[in-house]
Amino acid sequence: MTSTDRILADFIRAAPLLPGAGVAWLTRARQAGLERFAQTGFPTPRDEEWKYTSVASIEKRSFTPLPNGAHAAPPELNALAFPHFPGHCVVFVNGRYSPALSAVGLLPPGVALESVADTLERAPDALEPLFAADNRETVFGALNTAFMADGLYLYLPRATTIEEPIHLYFVVTNKNAAIHPRNVIVAEEGARATVVEHYAGTHGVAYLTNAVTRIFAGEQAAVDHYKLQQEALQAFHVAGIHATQDRGSRLWSHSISLGAEIARNDISTTFDAEGCEATLNGLYLARGRQHVDHHTRIDHAKPGGTSREYYRGLLDGASRGVFNGKVIVHPQAQRTDARQLNHNLLLSKDAEVDTKPQLEIYADDVKCTHGATVGQLDDAQLLYLRSRGVDEAVARSLLVYAFARDVIERIRVGALRSRLEEMLLARLPQGERVRALA
Amino acid sequence: MTTTATRLDELLRRDYPHGFVTNLEADSLARGLNEDIIGLISARKREPQFMLEWRLKAFRHWLTMTEPGWASVRHPPIDYQDIVYYSAPKSGKDGPKSLDEVDPELLRMYEKLGVPLQERERLAGVAVDAVLDSVSVGTTFKAKLAELGIVFCSFSEAVHEHPELVQKYLGSVVPYTDNFYATLNSAVFSDGSFCYIPPGVRCPMELSTYFRINAKDTGQFERTLIIADEGAYVSYLEGCTAPVRDENQLHAAVVELIALDNARIKYSTVQNWYPGDQEGKGGIYNFVTKRGDCRGANSHISWTQVETGSAITWKYPSCILRGDNSVGEFYSVALTNHHQQADTGTKMIHIGRNTRSTILSKGISAGHGSNAYRGLVKVLKSAAGARNYTQCDSLLLGDQCRAHTFPYIEVKNATAKVEHEASTARIGEDQLFYCMQRGLSAEDAVSMIVNGFCKEVFKELPMEFAVEAQKLLGVNLEGSIG
Repeated sequence: MTSTDRILADFIRAAPLLPGAGVAWLTRARQAGLERFAQTGFPTPRDEEWKYTSVASIEKRSFTPLPNGAHAAPPELNALAFPHFPGHCVVFVNGRYSPALSAVGLLPPGVALESVADTLERAPDALEPLFAADNRETVFGALNTAFMADGLYLYLPRATTIEEPIHLYFVVTNKNAAIHPRNVIVAEEGARATVVEHYAGTHGVAYLTNAVTRIFAGEQAAVDHYKLQQEALQAFHVAGIHATQDRGSRLWSHSISLGAEIARNDISTTFDAEGCEATLNGLYLARGRQHVDHHTRIDHAKPGGTSREYYRGLLDGASRGVFNGKVIVHPQAQRTDARQLNHNLLLSKDAEVDTKPQLEIYADDVKCTHGATVGQLDDAQLLYLRSRGVDEAVARSLLVYAFARDVIERIRVGALRSRLEEMLLARLPQGERVRALA
Repeated sequence: MTTTATRLDELLRRDYPHGFVTNLEADSLARGLNEDIIGLISARKREPQFMLEWRLKAFRHWLTMTEPGWASVRHPPIDYQDIVYYSAPKSGKDGPKSLDEVDPELLRMYEKLGVPLQERERLAGVAVDAVLDSVSVGTTFKAKLAELGIVFCSFSEAVHEHPELVQKYLGSVVPYTDNFYATLNSAVFSDGSFCYIPPGVRCPMELSTYFRINAKDTGQFERTLIIADEGAYVSYLEGCTAPVRDENQLHAAVVELIALDNARIKYSTVQNWYPGDQEGKGGIYNFVTKRGDCRGANSHISWTQVETGSAITWKYPSCILRGDNSVGEFYSVALTNHHQQADTGTKMIHIGRNTRSTILSKGISAGHGSNAYRGLVKVLKSAAGARNYTQCDSLLLGDQCRAHTFPYIEVKNATAKVEHEASTARIGEDQLFYCMQRGLSAEDAVSMIVNGFCKEVFKELPMEFAVEAQKLLGVNLEGSIG
């Protein structure tokens, strides 16, 4: 049985049990997603977009979808490295919303903050335009449409602001499960919100998370989006975050990748009207045999857009980091200002980095730059520290800490920022002494 | 500004100044490609058996290949059976021994292009191996070079006189299986230049070839092989212009460079083939494979190119840095105007320890031109202490042009340091204003700014080439305003 046949069989079994099974438009969308997958199957390294990331190990594992979600007892969240952050908290266990574990506070009138599965049961038509096929999606995105069971639906009416961050916890406990979360964030004109997606799973369990998040930012809206990926080290994590921005809107996307055996992220935004801004901020830490891949894409489709991209990677052990950053300036997108930076530190002799910044420009009144580096800690900086009496191990840790902090400092949710700093220090060989120095 | 822009547009639309056709009687084979044609090419050139076998192996392999589709260039499909694969000027049949014997028509043509052979010979001390269509027609300074043991001759001559060198090195950098166009070249290549610098010899003059595509519908398949033996040095110049044609012409050349221990090769190109007219009709398809192998320790290969011509340029002069401490360099200026398309860049493959590479690429897009930098820096596990610096900048002139950057960086050794930076911008109004308020015309101001933009590359060119390159940019671009 080929992997494609297996997935088709999974679909036949799961489809009647999936939320919104009776909704005609959704059934069509799911079938279209499945057909797209069936046409190409899983990508191979011959596919330019997957040149450096092989998903053969995902393909041969036969992860099974869990249409009904959690059967296991509710997990002890703290044991899974989920501290309680302030703000609204929405928990998904094995892909399904868990009301018992969630805690949503008071919300401004007109705001919808609910489970996608619930919305599909109650008022599915509101979601139809938000599920339209998107050509930025990978074949995993198509699979997600076919199998997606739940996720967050956040709707912010005009000029509403949710001050407290909204934390989404996706936790997986089932062995060999394939979880397909789907989140939809709609911010109407002038609305503002902060959303943190946090992924984790039971230690030692192998599973697949294949998430898709779509963000629609209306005129002058502001969305601050975080993804903290802390999956189990045996797990596989594939995620697509695709934003569409209207006039004058602002998007911040932060991607922090720490867990999973293989992690692949496709993050994109399209400036659909004038004067949009986007900041893409990312940090990937890998060790052992971890493989972490970020593919980002910014489409400057309309004039006067500004984009900034900062991605940094720390590669230890025999890990491999992959970065591809596309910036596409479309023919009408004059007065575009785009900058992109990707820096990588190789901390061990077996680590590897493949980076490919990429500019495609079809307009002339533009300012675009990108830079990429791969290297080690700077000898001059090490010498500077050592000459001031800092021993070598501490000096190294301090420089690594400083390297990563550049990205962490851009995180605007205080609780998350300090937690990440703590986690970074805990990973460093001389973290305690670095803490004292920093 | 509008009136200046209109006038400058006119300048941009200038006709190709080198467009003319010289009527030479050509000795051509029938159109098409099959084993018989390859046999005929090989027989006409009275090649030894090993050459024929190599060509046939390449041809059989080529039949299994498909054209690459990844470059960001577009063109109608090429009918490889509708190409004449061999054409030799009749007058060149018996091989002129001196310039007096060269067809006067031919000499006049070079004169029109500004390449007077005698002039160069006398004034610049340059040995010119002029290649017209497929056969080498004039070689100078040979005697002088021979005294030093330097072999500089046409490829056909080398096959006869130095078969052991040809057999040893041909295809050792670009194997006949390498890629679609290189494989095609391996099967049908007609002629080219061959150069061997013996150990410890510093070639006392710049070696130079002028390529020119002339006979109608003739694909040109050049093969150049340069070997710098231990401690040798050579600087090689390649320059090209071609007459106006309506039908697209295919050019699939292969250049192989081999540098042994402590040797150094400097390879400079000015390419100004017919780019097609303003609507993008006609022009040369330039699909070239150029690769240098720094085989020995401390060897050094540097590529410098100024690409202003051709309808499509597909070219990635590369360096395989095999020897410890070897150095690879790539300096490029690529200009695309009207509907020209260029997809060019380099590959630096770091294998040896402490290998270093520098990439400096300047792309200028005007009109509807499309310009892509595509490069690979690969540091293998063995390349401890490898170092690369890459800078690629694009200048945009006109709101219909395109500029792309596709740098691939693959690092498998933690002691390597790789840096890449790229920028894209147009000429600033403030820069133009600054120049113009000091009395420069708009076109002089743009020309000055563009030349400044390319300066770091031009300074790598031998002097006479640098002058020519600046002139070419001026002619092709003069006064365009972003």
